[in-house]
Formats: sequence, structure tokens, C-alpha cells
Amino acid sequence: MSDTPKELRYAKSHEWLRDEGDGTATIGISEHAQELLGDLVFVDLPEVGTKVEAGGDCAVVESVKAASDVYSPVTGEVIEVNESLDDAPETINEDAFGNGWMFKVKLDDATELDSLLDADAYDALVAEEDH
Amino acid sequence: MEKQTVLYETHKSMGGKMVPFGGWDMPLHYGSQLEEHHQVRRDAGMFDVSHMTVVDLKGPQAKPYLRYLLANDVDKLKTVGKALYSCMLNEQGGVVDDLIVYYLNDDWFRMVVNAGTTEKDLAWLEKQATDFDLTITPRRDLAMIAVQGPNARTKALSRVSEKLQKAGAELKPFNAVMDGDWFLARTGYTGEDGFEIMLPGDQAESFWQSLTDAGVVPCGLGARDTLRLEAGMNLYGADMDDETSPLESGLGWTIAWEPEDRDFIGRSVLQAQRKDPEKQRFIGLVLTGRGVLRNHLKLFDGDEPVGEITSGGFAPTLERSIAFARVKPGTGEACEVEIRGKRVSAQVVKPPFVRHGKSQLS
Repeated sequence: MSDTPKELRYAKSHEWLRDEGDGTATIGISEHAQELLGDLVFVDLPEVGTKVEAGGDCAVVESVKAASDVYSPVTGEVIEVNESLDDAPETINEDAFGNGWMFKVKLDDATELDSLLDADAYDALVAEEDH
Repeated sequence: MEKQTVLYETHKSMGGKMVPFGGWDMPLHYGSQLEEHHQVRRDAGMFDVSHMTVVDLKGPQAKPYLRYLLANDVDKLKTVGKALYSCMLNEQGGVVDDLIVYYLNDDWFRMVVNAGTTEKDLAWLEKQATDFDLTITPRRDLAMIAVQGPNARTKALSRVSEKLQKAGAELKPFNAVMDGDWFLARTGYTGEDGFEIMLPGDQAESFWQSLTDAGVVPCGLGARDTLRLEAGMNLYGADMDDETSPLESGLGWTIAWEPEDRDFIGRSVLQAQRKDPEKQRFIGLVLTGRGVLRNHLKLFDGDEPVGEITSGGFAPTLERSIAFARVKPGTGEACEVEIRGKRVSAQVVKPPFVRHGKSQLS
């Protein structure tokens, strides 16, 4: 059994997205991604007002090991960022799908969500990458 | 296929995340690299360092051979078990490897070399030995475990033979004592007190278990790297290599210039470099802005490029990022680091950054 939340959507690059139902979405990195990265020590978030594109890099997470880009799963404008991560990047390790959220986007085109993976498809992707 | 130490299955069973390193499959961490780092700074942790190679040098000319081979001088070693850190140089003054050498008696020295350089080192040792009467024996039968931290000695001593317990309690830093094939050295790569212990490979698993029972926590290569960086200790392959000399790598203190008539490999090149004011400097850096310093990031003073980071990372004890860097002479007390196209300010400091659990930054 997987703990991957069913209500979220996923990108192949290991971000998750929650459709807030009001034309906005909340975005973070998956449990699998945080596990691969190890202890996070620095998060560089986009500025509010930044235009992001689906598949474009828009944030950076750095672990003790290495830096890694975070890609926006959708196109739109950043309307809020999780500033508490500045002082507590480890929140992502502790609660990747919850308090470890990274930024919120106002969607340009809600139909983009249809191209993202559901939990089962994402689990299958992770299982495949492990082999 | 990577090589495995005798503790490979033990690491896996304890949750070690195994990664390739220097030709070996080694544990990166057992859950949290940060917690392992703090464990060593505050209590006691242990590392499997069996991937490193113990080499015994035996024979009537072992000493003159080492005095020619190494930039530091084994003639400084006067008492049994005394250790010396040295670079082994090529003819161009580049570093073939950095190592620890122990004096065991006039006909017997023991050195410990890096894992990734072992084959190169052994070929170099043999090549230089043609005119000397000695035998060079890699001790693949031995495992090695480093136990490090303020409580490491007490905990480790409770788990060794009575003879080692007694002698180990009296042991001064940078000295070692033997009991059969067991070898206990008060050395390490973390900036904390502790031991590096060599022992027969077939006893490694039970000793590792016994240390676990004594409250020593397994730590991986990840913590080993952040600990050595904080402690101001160089990493071979990053901070120095075949192309860079000890003088360009902050290791001038390991070169024994006296006596002047001791010829050692690389000496003439180093002597010329020593007088060269244009030779690059090796410094410590602390990031004052936000981000993490990484290997190979470029340094600037205004628009002028002044150098490059050789190894860097996040320092868990300081909760800031630190690095070693090689810079042009005349670089001041501050500079800027280019991180993903942005300039971030950094301060020049003298390593070590952390010693015995305490920050050395003012």
C-alpha cells in the first residue's frame, strides 16, 4: 500500500499539485523526492508575482548532498509562497505533502491539470525508477 | 560491480543507504545525515572505513624509502605507534595521495591510504621501491572502524581487549597501540576525539554490533564529509590532486623542509613554488548571504574572478554554509560567490571552522 495522497496530482519531475478548486493550485515536492534528496538545508522560492511555465524551473531545494531544481507542473502566476521554509527547510522532509508545501499558483489554463499523473500512475513511475 | 566491505550486509540491515564511492558500495547515511553529524559532535558515532587501504612497509630500508617518498619526514617519529600525516608527491610536486603513516619499529611502518587512489598508490609505491630493500603489503585482511565523538573513547574502550583497554586509556593523540592484529589509533577525520581501529575482517561484524550495544551510532559518508569540512580537513580529489601541490592546498605545514639535505620526490618544484608570490592561496569561506557553497563555484571581487571553491557544503554545527577555496594572492577578507547566476557575499576565514564541538568563528 502506498501513502501517496489520492487527492493530489503529480508531475514526472516529482512535484505534487493540489487543485484548490478556485482556479489556484498549491505545489510542493513528493515524499519520494524529499527522500532521495535527504536532509534539506536551503530552499530558494520564487517571488510572488513571478510568471511560471509548465515544466519550467522556478525554485531550488538544497540538501546536505546537492542542489536540485523544482519545476512548476503548470503555467500561471505565483500568488503565495511558504515563507516558513526559509527558516525551516526540514519541514519538507517531515511533511512533504502538507506543511512542506512550497508555492501557490493562479492557473492560466485549468485543463493543464488533466495532463498530470494521478497517485497510482505516480506510484508506478516511482516503482519503475527504483529498478 | 562495486566492491563491498565485510560490513556491507550489516549496513544494509541497519538501514544504510548504499552508494558507490571510490569503487566501493558504502553507506551514505542510515536515515538522517544531519542527525549522524550531530551525534558525532555531541556523543559518539562510528564509520566503516574498511574501504581505505592499510599498507605495511617492512624491511631494513623502510625508513630511508619513506624519507624519500613522503613530503613530511618520518624521522620525526621516534616512539612506537607515533603517527604522521603526510602528502605523497609526484615529480611535479602534485599530490599522489594524502595519508597517515605509523612508526611500529625501525623495520616496520604502516600507512593508510585513500580508497579511490589505492591502485594508483600501490603502483607508485612499487615504482619508487626498486632501489630500496623492503616489502610492500596491502593488508586486505584488515577491516577499519572509526569511532568518533566526545564519548567515543570511553565507549570504544569498553569493547576491546584488556590490553588495548589499558594502553588505549593512556594513548596520546596521534599515537597507536597494537594487540595482535588489532590496532588502536587515537586519530580521526572529524575534529573530535576518538579512535580509528583496525582489526581482522572476520571480527568486524561482531565488533560493530558490540559498539552499537555500547551506544555508538552508525554514521555514513555524508556525515563524514560535513564533519571533516567543519574540522578544516582536506579531501583528496577535491581540495588537492595530482595537479596541485600541498602549498596550493593549505598543506604547507605538512612539508618538512628541514633537514635541507633530505631529498624527497617533488622537493625541487616545491622549493621554487615556495618563493613564488603569484602562487595561489588556500582559504576558508563562510557564506554570509543565503544559499549553499558547492564545489567549483566561482569567486569574485567586484567584476574580477579571484578563485574557485574546492569543496563546500552546509555545516550542520554552524547552521551556515562553509567551504575551502583556492584564490589569487591579495584576495581580501570578503568576496562574492556566484550561485546560479547570482552573487552572494562570503567572508574569508582561517580553518578549522569547528573544533571539539565548538565553533571557531569569531
